[in-house]
Amino acid sequence: MMDTDSALETRHSALRKPEGDFITASGEPVAPVYTPRDLERNGFSYERELGDPGQYPFTRGIHETMYRGKLWTMRMFSGFGSVEETNRRFRYLLDHGETGLSIAFDLPTLYGRDTDDPLAEGEFGKCGVAVSSLADMEILLDSLPLDRITTSMTVNGPAAVIWAMFIAAAERRGIPRARLGGTLQNDIFKEYTAQNEFIFPPRAGLRLVVDTIEFATREMPRWNPISISGYHIREAGATAAEELAFTLADGFAYVDATLERGLAIDDFAPRLSFFFNCHNDFFEEIAKFRAARRIWARAMRERYGATNPRSWWCRFHTQTAGSSLTAQQPENNIVRTALQALAAVLGGTQSLHTNSLDEALALPSDWAARIALRTQQIIAEESGVANAADPLGGSYLVETMTREVERKADAILAEIAALGGVIPAIERGYFQRRIAESAYRYEREIAEHRRVVVGVNDYMSDDPSPIPILQMDPEGETRHRQRLTQLRAERDAREWRQALDALAADVASGQNVMPALLRAVTAGATLGETVNCLKAVLGEHRELLVV
Amino acid sequence: MVQSSSQASLQERPPRPIRVLIAKPGLDGHDRGAKVMARALRDAGMEVIYTGLFQTPEMIASAALQEDVDVVGLSILSGAHMAIFPRIMEALQARGVDDVLVVAGGTIPDEDIPAVTQMGVAAVFGPGTPLREAIQFIRDHAPVRDDAA
Repeated sequence: MMDTDSALETRHSALRKPEGDFITASGEPVAPVYTPRDLERNGFSYERELGDPGQYPFTRGIHETMYRGKLWTMRMFSGFGSVEETNRRFRYLLDHGETGLSIAFDLPTLYGRDTDDPLAEGEFGKCGVAVSSLADMEILLDSLPLDRITTSMTVNGPAAVIWAMFIAAAERRGIPRARLGGTLQNDIFKEYTAQNEFIFPPRAGLRLVVDTIEFATREMPRWNPISISGYHIREAGATAAEELAFTLADGFAYVDATLERGLAIDDFAPRLSFFFNCHNDFFEEIAKFRAARRIWARAMRERYGATNPRSWWCRFHTQTAGSSLTAQQPENNIVRTALQALAAVLGGTQSLHTNSLDEALALPSDWAARIALRTQQIIAEESGVANAADPLGGSYLVETMTREVERKADAILAEIAALGGVIPAIERGYFQRRIAESAYRYEREIAEHRRVVVGVNDYMSDDPSPIPILQMDPEGETRHRQRLTQLRAERDAREWRQALDALAADVASGQNVMPALLRAVTAGATLGETVNCLKAVLGEHRELLVV
Repeated sequence: MVQSSSQASLQERPPRPIRVLIAKPGLDGHDRGAKVMARALRDAGMEVIYTGLFQTPEMIASAALQEDVDVVGLSILSGAHMAIFPRIMEALQARGVDDVLVVAGGTIPDEDIPAVTQMGVAAVFGPGTPLREAIQFIRDHAPVRDDAA
């Protein structure tokens, strides 16, 4: 609607900031109010756009009963220092009511390096737990009810190896692999563009992902072999629409590759899962989740011809946005996390991790992690939002925003397709460039005070907020290294050698690597030794520098 | 020889743009801040070389020397700074790169800042540091090179 200059000026003077600064976290303009006219303008139809919860296209949720039937899984991403300490933290969180496990590994582990690798110096246990061998994994999982609770592992480059250690450790405890439930993040595409935990080049990385999907489809029906992620893409600076589009594009690329391997769509698609960020802008995030379900469902049914309704479901885990947390006045982070968690629940997530207040400074202390878990429990039990599915469905604003983020995401998906798909786009730096642009734009908004970050560029305070910082066991690394030394000395050298040779042969000949990996880790091959074996055949990726 | 910027402004030839190396030491893959800072410094008129990820101390010192930089910015969010910074400072010394301004950014707890300062890091730009503050510090403290020398 066009205003005359004077009418605009009158309106301007009634606003507390310039019209153009009423934007979402992604920079999208927000109207002063939304009305039925907005729905009409978009040709809104309940049947076509929404459906009931549990009905195609699942905009309102993938299950009919949603949280009335079953609450989202409260799954706190955890890990630090040594396997003993992390095992204790897992049990602490379970005791306090979390309902799913989620393992955070340290940087050397994430890059497929043993603790005593020269490049690992100073990095032990700092960003997560160190795991260099099956022996470590067994201690990490000690006494945990792996047959009754699902376990998520955030690992990507060496995902298949860590997964082999997990499976072998569980089997040693008498839990058959077919009973194991959980998720492997294992989403290599977003590593090249955002999280940077790549090891092998993209096509080799993709081959390993398809191996794991194939293995899970054949042998582990309760396992989600991949968690196709937008969280890290968002953290790197992408907008909501970019996060959504890049994630779904990656998803379609994994589907294409798995179909190429010869699996039938309905055999594997039900076990593909997703992982999204929940950032600051409350309604934009809810709209994003709803649009994700709709776009995915339509593509799976219309484009891929999947007929099993479970193939149409965009099942996802959510984590509240780490990048939104501040070091200044860290207690404010409790509020940020609570609002983001609420948005994720209103957006229909299947699983949720809530960040701790101290995470701009360190890994979570016991106390801070407990508050984060309690945040979810309070939402579940006290706020009332879990009583009805998709409570904001039908809101003029939410339906309009859902449609808008969907439209934006569709346009980005078309751009990626025009480039030839995800791998060509990665090779041309398409994702990296867009992410860097969006990150820079966001930072400029803050620098120019068009975007306020409480405690950082406004409402600042000189009073320090002393909070306890997590302390790690100083003997943890020594114990871990001793275990490695012992392992190398005591394993059967012949079986170890043969297992690694067999692995190399299988990788080179295009066999599914999982059986050989299981044999190798059981023979006492360390993470580093196994990954080096893979590197020798598959090569290593070099970062494309895009600033 | 290092000159103050007021001395430099009295000379006929204006000082060349400040050259900054932005480096990511160790295994830390969080590069959003480093990339944003690199771009902000470029927009502020500096010449910026970004090393990319997974830099060893030797690689950083080598790049600093080869690129003849005035400033080395270390971006690290992994918590490994106490182990890796001393090795970086040693590597810079070993290559005779001893007159650069070294600054750091990322997740470096307040209690580590005195030790980091002792190592030779002139400033730590923690989370939430305004871009203009980092830019101004670098402008004020970067050694001024005389191109004519």
